[in-house]
Amino acid sequence: MKKIDARGLSCPEPVLLLRRALQKGEDEYVILVDNGAAKENCLRFGEYQGYKVEIEAGGDDFCLHLKKKA
Amino acid sequence: MDKDKFPFTLAAGCLGAGAGILTALGNPSNMGLCLACFIRDTVGALGLHGAAATSYIRPEVCGIVLGSFLLALYRGEFRPKGGSAPLTRFVLGFWAMIGCLMFLGCPLRMVLRLAGGDLNAVAGLAGFALGIAAGVFFLNRGYSLQRAYKANFLEGSWLSLVQVGLLVLLFLHPAFIRFSTDGPGSLHAPVVASLALGLAAGAAAQRGRLCFVGGIRDWLLFKDGRLLKAFCAIFLGALLSNLFLGAFTGKIFFHLGFEGQPIAHNDALWNALGLGLAGFACLLLGGCPLRQLVLAGEGAADSAAAVLGLAVGAACAHNFGLAASAAGPTLNGKAAVLIGLAITFAIACFNTYGKDRSL
Repeated sequence: MKKIDARGLSCPEPVLLLRRALQKGEDEYVILVDNGAAKENCLRFGEYQGYKVEIEAGGDDFCLHLKKKA
Repeated sequence: MDKDKFPFTLAAGCLGAGAGILTALGNPSNMGLCLACFIRDTVGALGLHGAAATSYIRPEVCGIVLGSFLLALYRGEFRPKGGSAPLTRFVLGFWAMIGCLMFLGCPLRMVLRLAGGDLNAVAGLAGFALGIAAGVFFLNRGYSLQRAYKANFLEGSWLSLVQVGLLVLLFLHPAFIRFSTDGPGSLHAPVVASLALGLAAGAAAQRGRLCFVGGIRDWLLFKDGRLLKAFCAIFLGALLSNLFLGAFTGKIFFHLGFEGQPIAHNDALWNALGLGLAGFACLLLGGCPLRQLVLAGEGAADSAAAVLGLAVGAACAHNFGLAASAAGPTLNGKAAVLIGLAITFAIACFNTYGKDRSL
C-alpha cells in the first residue's frame, strides 16, 4: 500500500501526485489531504480510475483510502 | 456525497444572469462582475492610482470574500494557512492583473463580454486557453509552490477583515475616499444589490470551487469537465439575461460584433497576449482572480498575498500607463505584458526544475 502526503498542497497538486502514484498500478493507496477541494478532487479522480474510495476525517485532515475495484 | 446535492451548474447559470441584471441596475456594460476591473476601481477609490474615471469601492468584491468567509465558517471549511511562496504569489498576482488590464477584464468578464456579443473576447479566450496550456506543461513536469502550513485564525482572516473596513468606508464615504463622477467608476448598481450578488457569488463559488482557470486546466489534465460546465452555464445565464433585459427594457445589452464594444478594444493580438499572461500566471497561482478571493475568504493567507499582488498590479497599471483603454493598448502596456510573460515563464521554470522535488 502506497501512502501519499498531500497536506498543505493546493489543487490540482494533490490529484497530480495521486495520478502519478496510480500509474504504478498498485491495488491500495492512502492519500492525506487537508482541504475540501483536494478531498473532492481526489475522490472523483480515484473513482474515475476504478477505485473504491473511503474517506476518514481526522482533525483538520482527511485520509482517503483507495482500493482497486475487483 | 453531500456535494451532489448542490446544484452547482444551475447556481453558476444564476450567477451569470445576476451579473447581467447588475448591468441593468447600473454597472458598466458587460461588467456585471469583473474582479480585475473592480479591484482596480477599489484601489483607485483608496487613492492608490490617479485614474479619476475608475474609482469606486466595489461591494461585489467585498461580498465575494465575505460570502466565502461566512460559508466556510458555517461549513467548518475555514482553514487558516499560509507559507506557500507568498511573495511569488504576490508577483504572479501582479502580472495577472497587468494581463487582465491589457484585455480589459478578468476571465469572468471575458465570459460576460462573450455573452454581450463582444467577439473581441474570442481572441482573449484563445490566449487564455493557451496561457493555461503553458502552465499545464509545467504542472505535468512537477511545478509546485510547495506546502502551506496551518496558521492562526487572524492570519487567515485578514482579507475578510479588510473587506469589512472597505464596506464601512463605502457607507461613510469620508473625504479621502475618491469616487468617480464620470467614466466606468461612476456607473454602479445600488450597493445592496451589488453586495447581495457578491455574497451569493462568493458563497456559491466557495461551495462549488468555481474557477475559470480550473475549468480549462482540469479538462486538459484529467478530462474533467465539471468546472467547464459551470463556465458555459455562466455564459448562457448572462446571454439569456442580456437578451431578456434587452427585450424588456428596450436598451442594448447584446450587440454582436468587433466594433463599438463597451470598455473593450479590438486589437486581437494584445487581447490574446493579455489574457494569455493572465491565464499563465493564474494557472501557476492555482486559480483565477475569483478563486483567489474565495480561497482568501476560506483562510488562505497565500491567496490573500495574490490578491494584494492583483491590487498593486492595478495601481501600477494606471500609474505607469500600462492599462489598455477603448482606444487600444499602450506602448508601455505592450512592453509590460511581454516582461510579465518572461517573468512568469521564469517563475514556472524555477519552481519546476530548480527546487527540491522530494515533497
